Amino acid sequence: MSARDLNLRVWRGDGSGGDFVNYTVPVEEGEVVLDAIHRLQATQASDLAVRWNCKAGKCGSCSAEINGKPGLMCMTRLSSFEPGETITVTPMRTFPVVRDLVTDVTFNFEKARQVPAFAPPSDNKGGKFRMAQVDVERSQEFRKCIECFLCQNTCHVIRDHEENKPAFAGPRFFIRHAELDMHPLDTVDRQPMVQEDHGLGFCNITKCCTDVCPEHIKITDNAIIPMKERVVDRKYDPLVFLGSKIGLFKSTTRQQVGPAGGLGPSPIKHPAPPTPVAVPEPVKRAAAAKRTAAKQAAPAKKTTAAKKATPVRKAAAKKTAAKAASATRRRSTR
Amino acid sequence: MATQTVATQTDRPTARAAIKARHLRTDRWWVDPLITFIVFSAFVIYGTWAAFDHATVYGNGAPHQWFYSKPYLSPFYSPCFADGCPSDVNWGAVDIWHWLSPALYILIIPLGFRATCYYYRRAYYRAYWFSPPACAVAEPHTKYTGETRFPLLAQNLHRYFWYGSLIVGGVLAYDSVTAFIYTDHGYHFFIGIGSFVLLINTILIWGYLLGCHSCRHITAGRINNFSKHPLRYRWWTLVSKLNHWHRHWAWASLIWIALADLYIRLVSNGTITDVHHIF
Repeated sequence: MSARDLNLRVWRGDGSGGDFVNYTVPVEEGEVVLDAIHRLQATQASDLAVRWNCKAGKCGSCSAEINGKPGLMCMTRLSSFEPGETITVTPMRTFPVVRDLVTDVTFNFEKARQVPAFAPPSDNKGGKFRMAQVDVERSQEFRKCIECFLCQNTCHVIRDHEENKPAFAGPRFFIRHAELDMHPLDTVDRQPMVQEDHGLGFCNITKCCTDVCPEHIKITDNAIIPMKERVVDRKYDPLVFLGSKIGLFKSTTRQQVGPAGGLGPSPIKHPAPPTPVAVPEPVKRAAAAKRTAAKQAAPAKKTTAAKKATPVRKAAAKKTAAKAASATRRRSTR
Repeated sequence: MATQTVATQTDRPTARAAIKARHLRTDRWWVDPLITFIVFSAFVIYGTWAAFDHATVYGNGAPHQWFYSKPYLSPFYSPCFADGCPSDVNWGAVDIWHWLSPALYILIIPLGFRATCYYYRRAYYRAYWFSPPACAVAEPHTKYTGETRFPLLAQNLHRYFWYGSLIVGGVLAYDSVTAFIYTDHGYHFFIGIGSFVLLINTILIWGYLLGCHSCRHITAGRINNFSKHPLRYRWWTLVSKLNHWHRHWAWASLIWIALADLYIRLVSNGTITDVHHIF
């Protein structure tokens, strides 16, 4: 096994600013970018923030951009670069940066909440669903998604246009819509929602989402384009429209959902406030006692106390938000 | 005990990493859009010239057109149904358009099909509109609405161009059969290089047509119960296999149709001699 020195250029900083820092890290044959980042963290930059978990390309945590290309650090071999080449590692550009290589991917969890869950028919007693293997296979491809959000990161609709975020769900959620829309037992009509509320029309088929998917899901060919074609059936094809009127094609019997279905306020125009995190009772009592103590203090001291509490509160809030995000990720990947 | 509180919107970071460079890619990402730009532009320039070059030429015997060399008819001019079409391949003269090149109204359908094709959209959005030029390379536009508004909303007409192209594809298949038949003093089996040029053209066109995403949707993509429609599912499976190579079919058929037209013109004006045998 041969060791060599690797030139690494890592973006260091947070939301207030940052810059590239050059490092030279010893690496060995067979290693991946994440190994080099870990060695850098262990030997030279102990405060380097990096998110990782499985090191096997299955958790989707170590998403970053390596030499400008979105990818998983744990699945990018150092041998794929020229010897002596400087490797640049940056955080995902589409999402707000927390620190160094760690980004806040809350946007994706907010979008995930807007996609209605699978709704089986109510008359199917006891949950005894029967599906043929050919019907199962189609959706199973989309279940491979590990929610690394590389597709969301590389999609130029939101990468280059932050203003499109409220109206665009992104490739990850188009495959979720497709998975459920193609499900023979689902009872929700998702086609108007995916077009009107989640911005399917923004996609111009540049296939970058497919190119970067570490699970090799054919996002564009098997999810986005079929969904676009289904929307064309409903919205832009007069033959299908006339055919459904004379009974040649069956109109959908699925349940309308979302603003596009004429139900409820638009999550785009009227975004819901963030869901409060449940706080345990002892913590509530402690917080109430703290508030009482703060009220009893002098106005000048009150400001000082609030200032002192701010970092602690922020740290706790981040911890709680991270826990909630982790729980959502676990639920959605199951 | 660690203090916990309610997570609020304001606790989240809002700013992206401040990286000024438009991209940090070190590979040759520009090669793909550049090749697309060159080939597509060359095709458009050649196709425009070929579509207008329809005048009847006098000299060297009977009057003839450069797009026809018996028994080969250029695919740009097929089906030929205008006044100026050679009598051997005329599907019916349309008098009111006699001043117009037949290629202009024939090409609308296949060009419309290619222009709205899901693969070509990817290619020309990248090569011509830089939206984006390549993955993770920032586009130059300040605003983006995608295919939500006119004129790009018309991309949804793709399936209608597909229906029309099926008819044109059928005519091209007929042409490739007639390219093996010589009709002077009866019917004779004819075999020449041009016959194979047109046959390959037809195969490539049909490979491209049948692998289309709209075709895939129409066969069985629109249904949710494959198990209840085994024949449609089987068809869908075959179309899906072709669809996997759709990009390659698109490129091959585009280049070959221009080469087929060029070959027939070169034979027609005597620049090259078609090697053939009449049985």
